[in-house]
Amino acid sequence: MAVKLLSDFTVGESGKITGVSGEGRIRRRLFDMGVTPGAELTMRKKAPLGDPIEITIRGYELTLRKGEAACVEVELK
Amino acid sequence: MKTFALAGNPNCGKTTLFNALTGSTAHVGNWPGVTVDKKEGVYKGGKEHVAIVDLPGIYSLSPYTPEEVISRNYILDEKPYGIINIVDATNLERNLYLTTQLLEMDVPVIIALNMMDEVEKVGDKVDAKALEEALGVPVVAISALKSSGIKQLMERAAAMPGTRKGATVLDSALKSEIAVARAYYEADGVSSPLFHAIKLLESDEIELERKGAKAALEKAAKGADMEAVIADERYKYISSNLATAKVKANREALTKSDKIDRVLTHRIWAIPIFVVVLFAIFHLTFSEDLFYIGAIANAAGTPLPTVEELGLSGGAAQTLAVFYDGAVFSPGVILFNALDAATGSLLDVIVGAMENGGAAAWATGLVGDGILSGIFAVLGFLPQILLLFLFFSILEDSGYMARIAFVLDRIFRRFGLSGRAFMPMIMGFGCSLPATVNTRTLADDKERTATIRVIPFFSCGAKLPILTAIAGGIVTAFGVGNADVITFGMYVLGVCTAIIAVLLMRNTTLKGETPPFIMELPAYHLPGSKNLMLHLWDKTKHFIKKAFTIIFASTVIIWLLSSITWDWKFIDGEKVGRFGEVLTMEDSILASVGKLIQPLFTPLGFGSQLGSWGWVFAVAAITGLIAKENVIATFATLAACIVAGFEGTDEGIEEAVIMIQNTGITIPALIAFIAFNMTTIPCFAACATAKAELPKGKFKWTVLFWVATSYTVSSIIYTVGSWWWTLFIWLAVAAVVTTLIILRNLGKFDICAIFRRKRK
Repeated sequence: MAVKLLSDFTVGESGKITGVSGEGRIRRRLFDMGVTPGAELTMRKKAPLGDPIEITIRGYELTLRKGEAACVEVELK
Repeated sequence: MKTFALAGNPNCGKTTLFNALTGSTAHVGNWPGVTVDKKEGVYKGGKEHVAIVDLPGIYSLSPYTPEEVISRNYILDEKPYGIINIVDATNLERNLYLTTQLLEMDVPVIIALNMMDEVEKVGDKVDAKALEEALGVPVVAISALKSSGIKQLMERAAAMPGTRKGATVLDSALKSEIAVARAYYEADGVSSPLFHAIKLLESDEIELERKGAKAALEKAAKGADMEAVIADERYKYISSNLATAKVKANREALTKSDKIDRVLTHRIWAIPIFVVVLFAIFHLTFSEDLFYIGAIANAAGTPLPTVEELGLSGGAAQTLAVFYDGAVFSPGVILFNALDAATGSLLDVIVGAMENGGAAAWATGLVGDGILSGIFAVLGFLPQILLLFLFFSILEDSGYMARIAFVLDRIFRRFGLSGRAFMPMIMGFGCSLPATVNTRTLADDKERTATIRVIPFFSCGAKLPILTAIAGGIVTAFGVGNADVITFGMYVLGVCTAIIAVLLMRNTTLKGETPPFIMELPAYHLPGSKNLMLHLWDKTKHFIKKAFTIIFASTVIIWLLSSITWDWKFIDGEKVGRFGEVLTMEDSILASVGKLIQPLFTPLGFGSQLGSWGWVFAVAAITGLIAKENVIATFATLAACIVAGFEGTDEGIEEAVIMIQNTGITIPALIAFIAFNMTTIPCFAACATAKAELPKGKFKWTVLFWVATSYTVSSIIYTVGSWWWTLFIWLAVAAVVTTLIILRNLGKFDICAIFRRKRK
């Protein structure tokens, strides 16, 4: 199974989160927004200027920057 | 009276439920827009009256933004009788995450399962009963939008016992760790020990500030990373035990929301669409040529006739002129004209009645020129300000604002801000107050400070009269330029000033990493008209209150000071002074105060270099510190004193022309005057809000920042406009400042680079 960073995802790819790293506050926020290991996500789209990105997770739409997405490790489906 | 707090995620229909519960009793704060302040109201639908407090919309009780801290402290310290937790049934998983945290507090909780109608519409099902059994607290299905289920909700809420012990879903996984941490709090007799214990295990900043907390955490967690485990356990519990209450139906791939989103955040069209939306809002509010019909007719060689050319007269002409004069007016201008016509005739009636009744000249002057002209000049802009608010509320409520933040984040990051900062800034075009309060949604203190400081540069509705009056005055008095272009140009100038100021601050005094941007994009939906109307009504109340208090008082004071001399003689064009000369306003108290401060404005073009009436600009700028509406209200009051028998106009253009002709002020100085008013210290109310919202100790520097910015911007405009070669001096100064900042920051450059690499 291929594991890659969420920041390297292309539109339409989906997978299961295997790890969340990052500085305290960012990590805390990611957890609170439902970005936890085991959650499934789908990359929805990129903003017109390429960054930030939009993902579907736990049944809702979440946007985050590539910088923050680089903290999220995902196992590709 | 029992008090219930409303808690829930943002966009879960909390404000709608609050409005449905409290109705007209609500004290929904002073500003419309977003739930960022504690709002209170009374629910009168049950046997006993119940107080309702609306908490800010939050995702969690971790202290990420000030809003989470507000909600958490309210529940822990104020100890409401119970919490009504609103859960969006269309998004159970994430909404219940907050619920699992609320349940850990020692406070009764009832769950309002909202948007059940939406769930049923797409064919899904949520079993409220099953949820109630799993959570152990009452669950009531409601629809806040349709006001259904609310009576039942409140009946069950009132019937809840007054006490409840906190319970957690983490018991199976972290029993021993929680017990150790809990013992630490229980030893001190802290209430809600379970909640505190779990927050401590999460290494919560607030909990770690407690004495001995670090040691207790070490003892309980034994160095293990509890944060991930706790978040994971919560979600695990929700998906395995609670999400079973939801039965999903098969659905088509694309919902309506998705389809709209595809267009509005399109790779190429997103930004143009946004520009068009913004332009349309301002066009519908301020344009005197709706859809450019007049201009198009002109270009086609068949100009539309003006009211005069139509040969109408009397009432018919007046009525038509409200809607049309050679071009169709926009809704905003039509409302403006209608109100203008109404207040104008009211003024005539009152002044006429006073004159006929034989009232003293000073009394007629005070009522007509002082009080009524001032208040009507301010009230005149209410329709346009309200319209602007209506549009921004629609953008916010429909979910489009969040998309704009998503689209623009990349651009904002360049200036060290997140796309989220865009919302308060754009709201600043309406009014600085709600905009400043809205910065609470920003997580980073430095970002908040920078944003609050530049909000006044996004010229608010109250500054618009200054723009239109002076721009109109320039065109009328000098016969050059186009008033719309000048007005628009000044808006652009304000935005540019804001950009430069943010760049400067983020590179010097407010240095720091670009704050994160992790945000929900809520589903699009039509804003409820009831909510919008409540927003508007609040705004109207606030505005009228302001017009009849602060502005009323200051116009009366200005009129008084401009009408009496130091030896208390009333200036009426007949009384004579000590040397037998007829007293004019030049002899008034206001004139001497104005002349005293006038030199301060010399570098800006409206100081000592002006002729005999030059001090009026200095006085107007100072009165603007109380409320920006005062600037033109001051003009109106003073113009009536300069030109005997002058009747004020609501647009203030003629007033501005009188000022220009009597002072000999130049065009660059007039532009500098507008710029000064736009970028200087905002009105009294905005200052008070900024002081309350800024981090401690930042307010005095903020005031200094406003003074310095307005002084610099205005003197650049005046000097370059008067002597073009001074541009090179300013460019040289800018180059030196930039180099100095870069050199200073270069010393730390390596450290930043290493840090960035590490993060990657």
